[in-house]
Amino acid sequence: MSKLYTGAEIVFKCLEDQEVEYIFGYPGGAVLPIYDELKNHSLIKHILVRHEQGAGHAAEGYARSSGKPGVVLVTSGPGATNVVTALTDAYMDSVPLVCISGQVPTHLIGTDAFQECDTTGITRPCTKHNWLVKDIKDLSKVMHEAFKVATTGRPGPVLIDIPKDIQFAKINYSKFKKEKKLNGKIHNKFSQNEIDQLIDLISKAKKPVVYTGGGVINSGPEASETLKEFVRLIGFPITSTLQGLGAFPGDDNQFIGMLGMHGTYEANNAMHDCDLLINIGARFDDRITGKIDEFSPKSKKVHIDIDPSSINKIIKVDLAIVGDVNEVIKSAIKKINKKQNGLKDSNKQRISKWWEQIQKWRTKDSLGFINSDKEIKPQHAVKRLYELTKNQDTFITTEVGQHQMWAAQHYKFNKPNRWMTSGGLGTMGYGLPAAVGVQIAHPDKLVIDIAGEASVLMTMQEMSTAVQYNLPIKIFILNNQYMGMVRQWQELLHEKNYSESYSEALPDFVKLAEAYGCKGIKADNPLELDDKIKEMLDYKGPVIFDCHVDPNENCFPMIPSGKPHNQMILGPNDKEENKITGKGKSLV
Amino acid sequence: MSSPKSAYSIPTKKGKLDTHIFVVWVDNESGVLARVVGLFSGRGYNIESLAVAEVDAAKNISRITIVTTGTPQVIDQIKLQLKKLVPVHKVADFKREDKNVIFKEMALLKIVAKKKKIEKCLKECKKFNPVILDKTNKSVVVQITALRREIDKMSKKLKPYGLTSTSRTGAIAMTRGAQTFK
Repeated sequence: MSKLYTGAEIVFKCLEDQEVEYIFGYPGGAVLPIYDELKNHSLIKHILVRHEQGAGHAAEGYARSSGKPGVVLVTSGPGATNVVTALTDAYMDSVPLVCISGQVPTHLIGTDAFQECDTTGITRPCTKHNWLVKDIKDLSKVMHEAFKVATTGRPGPVLIDIPKDIQFAKINYSKFKKEKKLNGKIHNKFSQNEIDQLIDLISKAKKPVVYTGGGVINSGPEASETLKEFVRLIGFPITSTLQGLGAFPGDDNQFIGMLGMHGTYEANNAMHDCDLLINIGARFDDRITGKIDEFSPKSKKVHIDIDPSSINKIIKVDLAIVGDVNEVIKSAIKKINKKQNGLKDSNKQRISKWWEQIQKWRTKDSLGFINSDKEIKPQHAVKRLYELTKNQDTFITTEVGQHQMWAAQHYKFNKPNRWMTSGGLGTMGYGLPAAVGVQIAHPDKLVIDIAGEASVLMTMQEMSTAVQYNLPIKIFILNNQYMGMVRQWQELLHEKNYSESYSEALPDFVKLAEAYGCKGIKADNPLELDDKIKEMLDYKGPVIFDCHVDPNENCFPMIPSGKPHNQMILGPNDKEENKITGKGKSLV
Repeated sequence: MSSPKSAYSIPTKKGKLDTHIFVVWVDNESGVLARVVGLFSGRGYNIESLAVAEVDAAKNISRITIVTTGTPQVIDQIKLQLKKLVPVHKVADFKREDKNVIFKEMALLKIVAKKKKIEKCLKECKKFNPVILDKTNKSVVVQITALRREIDKMSKKLKPYGLTSTSRTGAIAMTRGAQTFK
């Protein structure tokens, strides 16, 4: 007879078979059997966070920067509810997470037992799928299926709820064999005919634009290489969503910057005026499209996405190709190369006028700002940070708000998986724990959280985690004492009624850093900024960098509510003619 | 200046609403109905009626029939979103006007009245395959199968004759002919 294992042992056997190296978690009554088993599995390292939300975001940072699923372990009740924000965040941004939660013993389920909650019920709308394991016989099958669901198709979070008695129950375990066959929920069956149609559209276009998103990153690093080859081959301008940054080199001449609400003038105008729009792995989010009725009115639209439900959800497209981004572009490249002469030269000539137009838009320098030698401008701070770190392989995470947009605008990414930000859900407090996860995945790389002082306070406790595991993360706070994006909207939309957006009684971040046992640096003089940043970079451990910036700076360009792409507010001088009025206010 | 009506997420041109019947084959496991129904409520889709039961005990498959209304775009989304759910095997969707599909609902009607009125009621029900399930001197329970609007009509009509209680199922559907939905 084969050996019997407890449920807790089976959890670890499955994790080992899935080649999991790190778990982010927090113990509690209903997961104690699993924690008890941890000591017997030296290949799996547990990272103890300070709050379960931090575990979730750290796992997200780990997953996004490494391409491997992030694993979270939490207890029942509050442990599970605390991780809900991170699960929802991962669901919106398609990050593969496997969350294991403890549950009260099966005979107590439904009795309002201590630390009981309906975890599968609560997490049903924010996971790709979840399971309550009520029978030890199902445990290993569920564990392996969970990894499959999380990582295949459009990735996302899953949750496995394991009652305490199941963790103690015993059963035998048969070794897991990785299936080659993909499950039925994956769609990668695009036809050659669709590729032909795409090539046809490409060869006819006079004003084309490629619009890429997080799907390219999720398709793996190879997809970014393929994308580069494809875009260079066809010679089209390329813009990217917030999540897609890094898939195509940010300093390349063909890259016209990020698009959307705070995108560049050239990117948004190109989207509006183009005659062919090729969406690769993006989802026509409302921060991208602006007003739907006037979104890219003159273009033929192509949408390449692995998720069939993304097609025609917001914007009707003329050609939909459902498949893995890398596979689709690869076969398009193959096809183009076959009939090389027909396309390669003539096409570039056809779009040369379009490029001239784009150059004209570029001269607006829409990311420009008026620098100061008295105060540190936040854009300047991000720019200096970029200049001083661009020579090493740097990973950037962010919180949510103005600083996030400035980071997206002024920090240039040349490789995928280097940029971790909460786009879909917009979770303040994401960046610090995410940086913890990124640093775990890349112990020798430079990891910086570009933060705002309001966001970072939401998950500040994870500095303690960083110190415990000697993670030299750098928290670069653009401190303007306001919830900056809220303040900006109040200025532009609510007659400067700055209701509750000013943070009274902020902590002294330098002392806070010292309290956590890391280094604190404060900068408020533009002349010292470079030296202070270098001091931060030279320090071997975690740093909190309190960068005092101009509190009144706004993030431009901006597409105000109710406007299409070609009507942006460009900056302080342009603002007057573009006041946001009427109903537009309530519907941003 | 933007017109006051133009705004980010103001609903654009409202398309025509169609009524569709979705037939969803799912694993009969705990929580599966909540997943399907939760998808509808979470994304703001409408459910007019719902019928669920296991249809294949060996394979553990349940068949869910949902009647819903939406613009063509929404109907498309519902179908694609349903297909993404892990326990969902296949999804069929039919327009209510589809001549190749049979739709039926069942109702149990309790009529409490004098004999004469009961006789009249039963006569009215004749078109809808009435089955008398229970009969006393003062009452009758009759089962009819018909379309939704026919049952609506019947319950209105029978009120004056002593209809006191109605219990109805959701619609169920089946294609005509030898073909089955794959």
